[in-house]
Amino acid sequence: MIYYIGSFLLIAIGLYAVVVKSNLIKILIGLNLISSGVNLLIISVGYVKNGTAPIFSKIGLKAAMMVDPIPQALTLTAIVIDASELALAVAFVVLLYRHYRTLDIKKIRSLKW
Amino acid sequence: MIKKVVYAIFGAIIVLALAMFFAAYPFGKNKMAVGEYYLNHGIEQTGAANIVTSVVLDYRGFDTLGEVSVLFGAAAGVAILFFLAKEGRREERENLTKPNFVVKVGSRIIFPFILLFGTYIFIHGHLTPGGGFQGGSIIASGFLLLYLSYPGTRVKRSGLSVLEGLAGLTFVCLGLYGLLTPESSFLYNFLPKGQLNMLVSAGILPIIYIAIGFKVASEFAGIVDDMMCQVICRGGEK
Repeated sequence: MIYYIGSFLLIAIGLYAVVVKSNLIKILIGLNLISSGVNLLIISVGYVKNGTAPIFSKIGLKAAMMVDPIPQALTLTAIVIDASELALAVAFVVLLYRHYRTLDIKKIRSLKW
Repeated sequence: MIKKVVYAIFGAIIVLALAMFFAAYPFGKNKMAVGEYYLNHGIEQTGAANIVTSVVLDYRGFDTLGEVSVLFGAAAGVAILFFLAKEGRREERENLTKPNFVVKVGSRIIFPFILLFGTYIFIHGHLTPGGGFQGGSIIASGFLLLYLSYPGTRVKRSGLSVLEGLAGLTFVCLGLYGLLTPESSFLYNFLPKGQLNMLVSAGILPIIYIAIGFKVASEFAGIVDDMMCQVICRGGEK
């Protein structure tokens, strides 16, 4: 249960950073916090009480004692996508900074709504 | 002010809806039926001790191929953006701090061990928690360390491209060869399974993970090179 609360807290903090902060780097950090929270949430959905990692590394391990492998596999996918997406976003931020000489989205007039 | 209130209400609705959804779901109780099936039948069907690996590469191998393509797309996007951009400005270059002696010597000592550790992680992907993505990222972080401590050095980009292409080609060719086998399914595990928990086991899964490791390492190293080159590279050397 603490994992659910923690992941929702992470998502909420990230959402706060994305919608309230005006510095582009802080927005990216918020996006990364959201994705970390979602990953934690997916992992904790597959949790089984006192379960072990789904690896048959020793003889005595039974399938019934293991946690669900599918959320872990999905998260493995998501982490890599997060990293590459963050790299692309940072590239955009660098170019935006070069063009406008600022990271403040309130000063980047063409983004104003 | 109104905007912030709207944001707050929007966030509260999302959090509340998600919390209500997950409150109905018991925490830490049973697994899903699919996960149960994979745990019970994963060993005799794929031969990999790590069930997560057998899900990622065998049951959902096609997904992983798509993921690798997304990674390639992101790396290509970074390269295109920085290729179209002008050369890094002079003040950016002058603001770069010079690495000191400790960083230089330390990175030179640590770099081979980072390579070794990354290689270990992606070779043992079917036995231990790890795999191509993690190992590749570790190797790329080693290259990042080199870039930070020796600002003049660069990785050879043509070599990276060849490595990346060969790794991707290995993955796709292994998948296509599965179509020629009697089962005729994409990414069919046609090699013998071997003994559980041995390094050479699980058929084509280790080969795919090694290919993915090389591909991820070269792609992330390429991204690092693109970003560092914006500041470090002299004009016309791009």
